Amino acid sequence: MKWTFFHKLGSPKWFYDISGRWLPWFAAASVLLLAVGSVWGLFFAPQDYQQGNSFRIIYIHVPAAFVAQSCYIMLAVAGVVSLVWRMKLADVALKCAAPIGAWMTFVALLTGAIWGKPTWGTYWVWDARLTSMLILLFLYFGVIALGQAISNRDTAAKATAVLAIVGTVNIPIIKYSVNWWNTLHQPATFKLTEKPAMPVEMWLPLLLMVLGFYALFTVSLFMRMRLEVLQREHKTRWVREALEKMS
Amino acid sequence: MHPQRKKRLILVLLVLLGVGVAVALALGALRQNINLFYTPTEIASGVAPQDARIRAGGMVVAGSLKRSADSLDVVFDVTDGAEQVTITYSGILPDLFREGQGIVALGRLNEDRVLVADEVLAKHDEEYMPPEVAQALDKVEHMKVDGVYTPPAN
Repeated sequence: MKWTFFHKLGSPKWFYDISGRWLPWFAAASVLLLAVGSVWGLFFAPQDYQQGNSFRIIYIHVPAAFVAQSCYIMLAVAGVVSLVWRMKLADVALKCAAPIGAWMTFVALLTGAIWGKPTWGTYWVWDARLTSMLILLFLYFGVIALGQAISNRDTAAKATAVLAIVGTVNIPIIKYSVNWWNTLHQPATFKLTEKPAMPVEMWLPLLLMVLGFYALFTVSLFMRMRLEVLQREHKTRWVREALEKMS
Repeated sequence: MHPQRKKRLILVLLVLLGVGVAVALALGALRQNINLFYTPTEIASGVAPQDARIRAGGMVVAGSLKRSADSLDVVFDVTDGAEQVTITYSGILPDLFREGQGIVALGRLNEDRVLVADEVLAKHDEEYMPPEVAQALDKVEHMKVDGVYTPPAN
């Protein structure tokens, strides 16, 4: 097996170059997907037979929740790479992704609360799905705070990597909370093995929104990571050259 | 793989496995407490505590909803297919409350095993569809069970 790709990831300069080339494409894709998806979802998708128009918040809620959980898995993978292979770029990715994931979790919780009031009759209930999602938010806060609290960069990276890895236990709990316990939150509409419990004119705009959210996540992650790489490598020649080229 | 990296990877995986087992055991021990509500079967068999505030959940039995003429009082039955529990409530029901719909009510059981609720929440399922599709499906359903059709409340 060729490991060249993996080893190249260890080079901050290589990441800086390649992410600079990909960034405009991801930015364009996210603008396009989010614009088409939100207009389609909010204005043209049919309303739900029970919830009427209030179900349309699904077009924000579900993509935000997907990205929030995927982002945490990404943190854990970066944590493993950081602990086992001591790759500096993995530390950068872990540090830069955590605030984005926290915001996504917050958006998912907030839209869920707004959605819950007209449909369930309450903003919040301590059921397993909502609580485990709140724990995810606190895990993100923990990762961010731990990274900020330790001034030595390597120690901070190690500590946040361990917390990120340990916290992944929560991800299957979020996923299966609606199946393992009886909750107010309904089970998943989208399953890998079955057809979605939703007609195509409803889930197609949702798919666009999900892809758009992932593209938006990638754009903001790349932008944050590029800045962090420049700051960390500011003494190297390639950074000075890159900065000169910019100005 | 470099032996030292291999050792670190195994260590990381062991830590994850250990934490996973610990959390699984904790959740297993707390199983009943994590459930949001008791089912009518659990209430009938006495699993649910008699004099504490509990949540009961189930499907609203079709035709069981009785509204008071001059107040917001309502009485209805919920079922999980096996047992039924009667719930009384005074207040505004959520928009999604209807017969055949899942609900969760928070309140106390009285001596007659009637749940006196002070909060009623509506559950909805994971199915979404346009109103026309729902009506079409409804029609098909009525043809199947010819004659025993009860018009939906509200």
